[in-house]
Order: sequence, then structure tokens, then C-alpha cells
Amino acid sequence: MTDSLDQIFVRGKQSLLASMAHAPDWLVQIASSLINIFALLAVFLTLFALMSVLERKILGRIQNRYGPNRVGPFGLFQPVADGIKMLIKEDIVPARADKIVHFLAPVLIASTAILALGIIPYGRGMTPFTIDGGILFFFAVGSTTELAVFMAGWGSNNKFSMLGAMRAIAQMISYELPLIITVLPVVMIAGSLGPDTIVAAQAGYVFGFVPRWFVFTPWGAVAFTLFFVSGLVESNRTPFDVPEGESEIVAGHMTEYSGFKYATFFMAEYIGMFAITGLGTTLFLGGWHAPIRMLEFIPSYVWFFAKLSALLFVYVWLRGTLPRTRVDQIMNFAWKFMLPMAFTCIVAAAVWHYTGRGLRGWLWSLVVIAIVYTVLSALLDTRKKFAPRTYRFAE
Amino acid sequence: MNSVAFIVIAILTLAAALAAATLQKLMHAALSFAVTFVGIAAFFFLLGAEFVGLVQVFVYIGAVAVLIVFTILLTRHDVEKERGFNWSGVVVAIAVFSGLISAIFKTQSVSVAAPAIPALTVKRIGEVLMTNYVWPLQCVGLLLTAALVGALILVLEEKG
Repeated sequence: MTDSLDQIFVRGKQSLLASMAHAPDWLVQIASSLINIFALLAVFLTLFALMSVLERKILGRIQNRYGPNRVGPFGLFQPVADGIKMLIKEDIVPARADKIVHFLAPVLIASTAILALGIIPYGRGMTPFTIDGGILFFFAVGSTTELAVFMAGWGSNNKFSMLGAMRAIAQMISYELPLIITVLPVVMIAGSLGPDTIVAAQAGYVFGFVPRWFVFTPWGAVAFTLFFVSGLVESNRTPFDVPEGESEIVAGHMTEYSGFKYATFFMAEYIGMFAITGLGTTLFLGGWHAPIRMLEFIPSYVWFFAKLSALLFVYVWLRGTLPRTRVDQIMNFAWKFMLPMAFTCIVAAAVWHYTGRGLRGWLWSLVVIAIVYTVLSALLDTRKKFAPRTYRFAE
Repeated sequence: MNSVAFIVIAILTLAAALAAATLQKLMHAALSFAVTFVGIAAFFFLLGAEFVGLVQVFVYIGAVAVLIVFTILLTRHDVEKERGFNWSGVVVAIAVFSGLISAIFKTQSVSVAAPAIPALTVKRIGEVLMTNYVWPLQCVGLLLTAALVGALILVLEEKG
């Protein structure tokens, strides 16, 4: 019973493919890919619609107001209304804009965001696109976003767009480094770049009750925190949303976009958020594994999406709580703190591995991290240096 | 199926390369150059060299293309100006092309039946890089670190 519920989607796909058993091989292959793509789009576009309304509801709750509650029960049909509004809005292209680049930027950004979703294992045997270097694929596809953001900024022929794009690219490049380096210890320990292998390496329990997720090791906890913050920056979310800081540069690279193109950017941002949280779940939170043995009867994909939702809730929570950081603060934080700590994670993971992956390794890797953290925070301490602020470019 | 894919990718790559060479606006040329990179990555995928293809996308789209675009943006003030025809470029291109063609024709053709190659996994590449090719790897690392430090020093001078 539990097994059939767990594998219901896999079986469903198999039976769909079995109905075309007489077709040639390549046709079956294409049909299989199409089913995967369709399922992925259906699930994540629904999640996007749901997320857009839930985010506003949660933000409303945090700010002590109602949030959307007019359309449908509890305002749940709000995304439908928003979608219709976006679709029938006038699409304005600036007269001096580069028409082709201006048009291609949202297309590129949305398609690459969706591609990145393909390698994440959503459940037992539910990876849409199995590839040996899945993690590498994720980052390779994700790095295309920078070019798309640049195209949006440059193609709009607007100073705010250009400045926003520059800011976005600067912070994306800076935080891509800690993001990728925090993934390295997981790859080292699991011995593979494949997401399925990494999830499999986190199966089982220590002492019979603590799940063997990487987040429960010192290096894993630190790496996960760094990964989460970097992911926050990569998806341009508050407190790191300077690329679209509306009080400074209107809406950054999205200034000159309207109607459905703007909606596409919005969607790409959310899909990118799902992808990065999904990868975080896969790498550190045990993917689709259940947290305790007693709850293993619940299907694997339920666990995956439960973890994903928890992380997404933290994203919204942070957005409702923290103010926007300054550009130079973001950059300093990346290069002076995140990067050394990310490297420390690699060393700590190696220490953990060579001291036997047990309690001893746990303590030793904690010691490594604690030493580096103390030294770093002593070096970066600015409390004693408070003085009237000096401006270099503005008086 | 593979030959169809080859032809499609080849046409796309060559068209993008041609566009990169002939487009009037420098920025358009740079962007179509990025499309060429994608086409080359697709070739690697078609040949079964998954890792190389991924690194191609990662490095050339994520870093080199962005670098080119930024360089154009930060250094040239005549981005919008029309470019004249570059004859020296034609000479260099023809020289390189004829060199490559002559090298191809000089090599003896290998037998058609290729030996079975073991699947080149990421793990295997990592092992080889860390054992047989560890010195080249370290040298490249040193070179890149030197370049990084050099870039930092160049930027630091501006402040003082």
C-alpha cells in the first residue's frame, strides 16, 4: 500500500508509456521526456501561483494586515486574477530599446530557470533528468541567468535598467563563488556530482534516530547556512534585493518591462527560488528521505515538498523581517566572510571524513570551524572603528 | 537521429558564428558569440562528453561571455558606431583555416570502427586529474591565483 502510493507517479508514467509499446524507440524517448517536462511545468507553475498568494498572505500577517482576501475563498484565486491582468496589460517597448534583445531576455531567463529544476530528485526514482554531473548542470544553467539579466538591462536602453543589471550581475558573480564552494564538501563526502547519489548517501540513521542528513554535521550546518544565504542573493530576494531597490533605481533591470514580459521575469525569479531551495533540500536536508523511521510510510515526494515549503517559508519570513542591505555591505560580506567560511567547510568536511565520520569527527570538524569563525570575526570586527561616515562619491 | 542532431546543431552554431562576425552592433555580435558557445557545448553532449559540455556552458556562458559583454560596455564608447570591414582579420582567419585544413589532410585516416571507449564519468575525470595530471592542475591553479592577485593589485592602485 505505502509502496504503491510512493511510486504512484512513476507507475503512472510507465503505464502511459506502455500504451505506446509499438512505437519506435526514439518516439518513446521523446514521449517520456515530454511527460517529465509537462509534469514539471504543471507542478511548479501551480506552486508559483500558490506561492505568490501565500507570500502576500504571510507578509500581511507579519505586517499585521489581512493581505489579499477578495478573490475566491481566502483570496486563493488571486493569482488567476493577477494572471489575467498581466496577460491583457499593454506591452510597452521603449522606442530606443534594442527590440530583439529586449524581447529575448525574459525568454532566456525563464527557460534557464525551468531547466535547472530538471535535475532535482523529487521522490524515490522521480528525477526528471538523470545526468552524471547533475549538480554541475544546475550551476551551468544557472550561470546563464547573468547574461539574461545583462540583456534585459542593456536592451532596455535605460540608465536605471543598466545600473540594476550591473548590480545584479556583480552580486550574482560574487555569491556564485560561496554557493558553489559550499556544495563542494557535499560532493566530496558523497563522492559524486549526481543528485540521486547524494540523496542516497543521506539515507539511514545515526544511533537509530538521528537522520544521516548532512545538515546535522558541523560542516554541513555551516555549509547549509552559507548556501541558504547565497541562494537568497542569487534569487535577488530581500534583504539582498538591491538590483531592484525601488527607492534607488526604480525596478532595476525590469524597469522597462510591462505586461506579460514583466510577469515572466517575476515567474523566473520564483522558479529560480524553487530550484535553489530544492537543491538545498537535496544536498543538505536529505532530499526525499523521512526525518524519522516511523514516518517513512508517508510518500517520498510529500517529504520533499514539505522541506521545500519550509525553506520557502523562511524566504518569505526573512523578506517580512529584514531591511535591505547596502551594496557595499553585500559585497564585503561575500568576499570577507562567506568565502573564507565556505573554504573552511571543505577543510572541516575533510577532517570529518578522515577522523572516521563518527562522534570524534563531528567534534574535530566543529573545532576547525569554531577556530576559523573566531579568528574571522575578530579580524572583521568593526565595532571599535565607528566614526562619522565619509563619502567618496557624494558630498 | 544523431546525424540529424549534428546537422541541426552545426547549422545553428555556424549561423551564430557568422552573425558574430558580421553583425553591425558589437553587443549583438558578443551575444551571438555566446550562442556559438552553446552550440559547441551541444556538440560535446552529442559526443558523449557530458562533463566537458557542462564545463563549456559553465565557463564560456557564465564567465567568458559575461566578461566579453562587460569589457565592451566598460571600455568602448563607440559601441553604436558601425564597424568597417576588417581585412587583417580575414587574412588571419584564412591563414588559421588553411593551416587546420592542411593538418587535417596530412593526418592519416583512422579505421572507421572505433574501439569501445569506457564511459567517461565525472568521477574518472576527477581521479585522473588528481593522479596523472596533478602537476598541470597545480600549475594552472598557480597561474590563476597569480592572475587574481594581479587583478586585485590593479584595482587597489586606483584608491591610493
